[in-house]
Amino acid sequence: MTRLEGVLLAGLALLAFGSLWAGPVATPLAVLAHPDDPRFIILTQLRLPRVLLAVLVGGAMGLSGAALQGYSRNALADPGVLGVSSMASAGAVIALYFGLTAVTPWALPVSAALGAALGGVLLMTLAGWSESATTFILAGVLLNTLGGAATALALSLAPGPWAQAEIINWLMGSLTDRSLDEVGLAAPFILAGCGLIFLTGRALDALTLGEAAAAGLGVSLRGLRVLLVAAVALSAGASVAVSGVIGFVGLIVPHLLRPHVGARPSALLRPSLIGGAILLLAADTAVRLAPTPAELKLGVAMAVIGAPFFLLVLVRGGVQGRWSAGR
Amino acid sequence: MSASLRVEGLSVRLGAREVLDGVSLALQAGQVTVILGPNGAGKSTLIGALAGLVPPRAGSVWLGSERLETLDRRLRARRIALLPQHTDIAWPISVRSLAELGRIPHQGAFGLGEPDRLAVDRALVRAGVDAFADRPVAELSGGERARVLIARGLAGEADWLLADEPLTGLDPGHALDALALFRGEAARGAGVLLSLHDLDLAARIADRVIVLAEGRVQADGAPADALTSALLQRVYGVTAEVRVTAGRLRIDILGRDGHGE
Repeated sequence: MTRLEGVLLAGLALLAFGSLWAGPVATPLAVLAHPDDPRFIILTQLRLPRVLLAVLVGGAMGLSGAALQGYSRNALADPGVLGVSSMASAGAVIALYFGLTAVTPWALPVSAALGAALGGVLLMTLAGWSESATTFILAGVLLNTLGGAATALALSLAPGPWAQAEIINWLMGSLTDRSLDEVGLAAPFILAGCGLIFLTGRALDALTLGEAAAAGLGVSLRGLRVLLVAAVALSAGASVAVSGVIGFVGLIVPHLLRPHVGARPSALLRPSLIGGAILLLAADTAVRLAPTPAELKLGVAMAVIGAPFFLLVLVRGGVQGRWSAGR
Repeated sequence: MSASLRVEGLSVRLGAREVLDGVSLALQAGQVTVILGPNGAGKSTLIGALAGLVPPRAGSVWLGSERLETLDRRLRARRIALLPQHTDIAWPISVRSLAELGRIPHQGAFGLGEPDRLAVDRALVRAGVDAFADRPVAELSGGERARVLIARGLAGEADWLLADEPLTGLDPGHALDALALFRGEAARGAGVLLSLHDLDLAARIADRVIVLAEGRVQADGAPADALTSALLQRVYGVTAEVRVTAGRLRIDILGRDGHGE
């Protein structure tokens, strides 16, 4: 473990304890020893699932973003920008629309992961051969439009206002009122996806020199693509299934951490995992504690932070060596 | 002694175009071989095929007694180092990190080992970039950057080093520095293959030149034997004067031929 990872982990631990404790009713961890204390319920049924989901989803988003940026050689890539989250969301909405979630709760993560996988395959088909960042962004625009259209179709055909409201509420992206059941549903997919991403480190490093050099170094580009699509579909798909679309985590975190790891794609993976967890947990704790009349949706809050950041990266020439240096 | 690297009756088609058409040649270890030829002659494709990255339509590529396409890609990459044309470095990694990429085919599950680090150190010293090993590559000049990319190729300590137009964008001084590095690799016993456009530099460094045009080998031999004015006229469509002055082959391009064949 590097020093950076140690610092980030310590920060995450502090934040997690703080988030478990803080709220209209302070719940010290000591109440865990008293199951009859009413605060025990608040801690284990309300705050704990929320903290666990923020860590899982944020970590998955940060890690997926780092891997997608490495693969596309582009600092503007993340599951949201590239449309994978949007396709996952369409998959989840379709499961909600057909009432599949009533049959089995697994329908939601599976359907979202399938949507994300379809998005990943389309992305690689449209732009996987390309060295150009622009092609990736344009493919992302296309996938975002496609996912949005599928979602809008499901919404307009939804059987009643109640189903519509459920879909809309879920679409806005939030970790409110989640239970440990949802943690249990998402965790296996997210952990499996994250595990797969860690297998891509060496190949992502090789891609620093472009596809021809990477192939010359013995990297199977096709194998990398299959692995990456499967990994991002599992982790981003399951994340979207439990939280709705929460964008920009995967964009911001790797970008902020890159200078601290010497810019090597493989060295960026673990810090981005921890950093994503920190960012999402901090944002979720902030919207939970903010004195707004109704709780601000986490997806909305992240967009408020993320959109100007995206612009900043774009203006500063985040796609180094291609857009800015004019090579 | 390293196993020989050779192609036999190699034909490659890209789209509808026959890029290589029945090419046979064997590279020699300890030599610098230079591929020459006009744009679109098939030089890059031949280099790609020799690195095992371009599937042949007909014919075969051999490393010793093994067909390259059946060889495990990591084992292949340990024995053949490829420096592709126009390498764009995506991230501002350090010079040392970049050279370490050359060890990827050797790297185990737990990253770089001690032998890898030593090989990277040797490559940095040989390429003359060890003094700024910790600087980000984004801050380097074109000449320094080219040497760092070559250091990456040296770090693998492969039997064969294939470089596609490694001198693009280098001034004459830096071009000679780079050529000296390749000469050093050949002196170490590696087989070096370069594609170049500069005939004078080719004549200066090559033990052997292979002239490619329209997917076929037009000439193959020592520079003084292969690079005749008749050949240059046929292949490049230029009028050239070739002479040996003070023990060195000199090629003066006098002008473009009027007719376009």
